[in-house]
Amino acid sequence: MALSFQTDLISPTDDVWSVSQLTNAAKRLVEGEFMPMWVRGEVVECRVWKSGHWYFKLRDAASQVSCCMWKRDAERAGKPPADGTEVFVLGRPGMYEVKGEFQFNVSKLIPTAAMGRAQRELERVKALLHREGLFDPARKRTLPELAATLAVVTSTAGAALRDIINVARRRWPGVRLLVIDARVQGEGAVDALVQALRLVNRLPEVDLCIVGRGGGGREDLVAFNAEAVCRALAAVRVPTISAVGHETDISLTDLVADVRAPTPSAAAELALADQREVRRSLDDLAARLAGGLAGRTRLGLERVDRAGDRLQGAMSAVLERRRHLLARVAAQLDALSPLRVLDRGYAVPTGPDGHVLKRRSEFVAGAPFSLRVADGSVAARVEPR
Amino acid sequence: MTTIADDLARLEEIVRRLEADDVELDTALTLFEEGVARLRAARERLASADLKVQTVLEEADGELRMQDLDA
Repeated sequence: MALSFQTDLISPTDDVWSVSQLTNAAKRLVEGEFMPMWVRGEVVECRVWKSGHWYFKLRDAASQVSCCMWKRDAERAGKPPADGTEVFVLGRPGMYEVKGEFQFNVSKLIPTAAMGRAQRELERVKALLHREGLFDPARKRTLPELAATLAVVTSTAGAALRDIINVARRRWPGVRLLVIDARVQGEGAVDALVQALRLVNRLPEVDLCIVGRGGGGREDLVAFNAEAVCRALAAVRVPTISAVGHETDISLTDLVADVRAPTPSAAAELALADQREVRRSLDDLAARLAGGLAGRTRLGLERVDRAGDRLQGAMSAVLERRRHLLARVAAQLDALSPLRVLDRGYAVPTGPDGHVLKRRSEFVAGAPFSLRVADGSVAARVEPR
Repeated sequence: MTTIADDLARLEEIVRRLEADDVELDTALTLFEEGVARLRAARERLASADLKVQTVLEEADGELRMQDLDA
């Protein structure tokens, strides 16, 4: 049905709307328009019905709006507020079709005074722990690369544990999760968290600790701002991850923990190695291992080759030197050889006994002798006197 | 008990030594063999990995007890 307002309608036609159609259209319009919002105002005429639902009006100086709070939400808000109480309410605008009334559907109600108290306490603890150095970046430990056992401090009934288990199954199924159940909101949550965190230190073989819970309203997260919880977390002996609530909420445990994760799922992602990455690095190591040995073997061979080359080089240098030496010696020998002298046209006379005749006195008139020339001997005789 | 972390750390060390120039050939072979064994062990560990979720309970006498949680 199109929502249109025609000004030329003079009489009822087939287009006439029923009251239900009108209120239904208005409801869809109103409820489709707004996201949940916080509204500040003063409560008046709060009535608790038999059903447990609360009805009240919220007003400021100029306007007021009817509010409705369902039993489940009302129970969590504690006692019905007295007239004139200043409150913050979280809710969405809606239509009560039966009466055709615009109303605000409230899911959370916090007196501003309580809010102020909680805020003041938060500031006090924050300043104290800051002075003591519990938020000091130098305190932060790094997370182990491959955690085998995680301690998880949270409610076993909560969504946080389910999220962590799901991430673990996908990312690192070999992990062991030791869950320490603790109330995370409401009465007794602070004590429960402190005890659970102390218990972590008694567990053998824990690599790191996640403490957290799924998203909730600001007042649901107060236990994670408690001084005692922060101190117990700081005393945990293994690296810690705080994962409290939705991404936008920051609690004091986030500041104390070694690492802050925006959600429990993100905490598990940070805590656990990705098996695919580990498989990849194993492949890489396998390749390097093979390459390393091959390289080492090749290196060995190259060394032998190089040694051979060097040996050969050294040898040939020696040989070369020898060759030069021999050549020189040979040349010298050659130069000393009388045969070379004969080459130049000299001749050597020798007596019949082969003795070289060097002096005149050795030549006897009429006696035969021999002349050695380059290519042989010639018979000769001394002229008679 | 050794873990995958131990295997990976040792493998890194082995590979680094193999990749260095100063390792003797027979040492290299020994390292290689150990590396192969470590690789196999790590892969088997990965393949056989099974998620274990346990809750930790403190008994009245202060003893801790682990109890499997149906994940």
